[in-house]
Amino acid sequence: MARAVVTVPARAKRGEIVEIKTLAQHAMETGFRRTQTGELIPRDIIRTFTCSYNGVEVFRCDLHPAIAANPLIAFTTVATESGTLSFQWAGDNGYTVTEIAPIRVE
Amino acid sequence: MTTRREFLVLTAAALVPAAVEAQVDPNLAANRKAAFQAALRKVLGDAKVQHGRVKLQLPPLIDNGNSVPLSVTVASPMTEADHVKAIHVLTEKNPLPDVVSVALGPRAGRAWISTRVRLADTQTVTAIAQMSDGSFWSDSAEVVVTLSACLEEGLI
Repeated sequence: MARAVVTVPARAKRGEIVEIKTLAQHAMETGFRRTQTGELIPRDIIRTFTCSYNGVEVFRCDLHPAIAANPLIAFTTVATESGTLSFQWAGDNGYTVTEIAPIRVE
Repeated sequence: MTTRREFLVLTAAALVPAAVEAQVDPNLAANRKAAFQAALRKVLGDAKVQHGRVKLQLPPLIDNGNSVPLSVTVASPMTEADHVKAIHVLTEKNPLPDVVSVALGPRAGRAWISTRVRLADTQTVTAIAQMSDGSFWSDSAEVVVTLSACLEEGLI
């Protein structure tokens, strides 16, 4: 089953730069590997990852087969207001996972 | 009037080339070089790329190319007027040159990303940052890979 883990500090000062780490469980099959009988294993990867802060997109990235299995993406954002950060992964074969993390800004 | 058969043939013809292009035999050095140049053009357009401001961090020697920690930091104040718009990471010898493309903005606070990548061979990895003023900056890192990713493909 598709799972994802995100690490967001629970509270932050206003204007502080917070570090966010995300990890999605996914094989990231490249589409270049073959089975023992020589058949190409079809590509199955996560194509995009986006992070929205209270509905406003703050980070987005496009992934390619060269990203290792179980993609780890770490980035930063400015803690502007209390609310929720939502993370979305989307990929081949209809793969979508959404994860939500609350943040309290003081 | 287009018959159902004609329609199917036409749509199949329109769809196939894109899929095939991505799967051209990546083992040929010439193909890989051309793919890298094409990826570079796609990122840069006609703009010139300057060295500096970007810092690409990769271990110089890697035992296993299947999971290599990579981080990119760009020296930028990340304000509304002057920030990093995008970061692209490209490789020379992977079957596909693109690794990751990131879209950032002033809300990122710091122009930094960290991830884990696959490397098919000992090669040079390039990171390119696009600034809000339209300039491009880059950094490259030489990486020695002892056990490559995609080994079963005979990519070495």
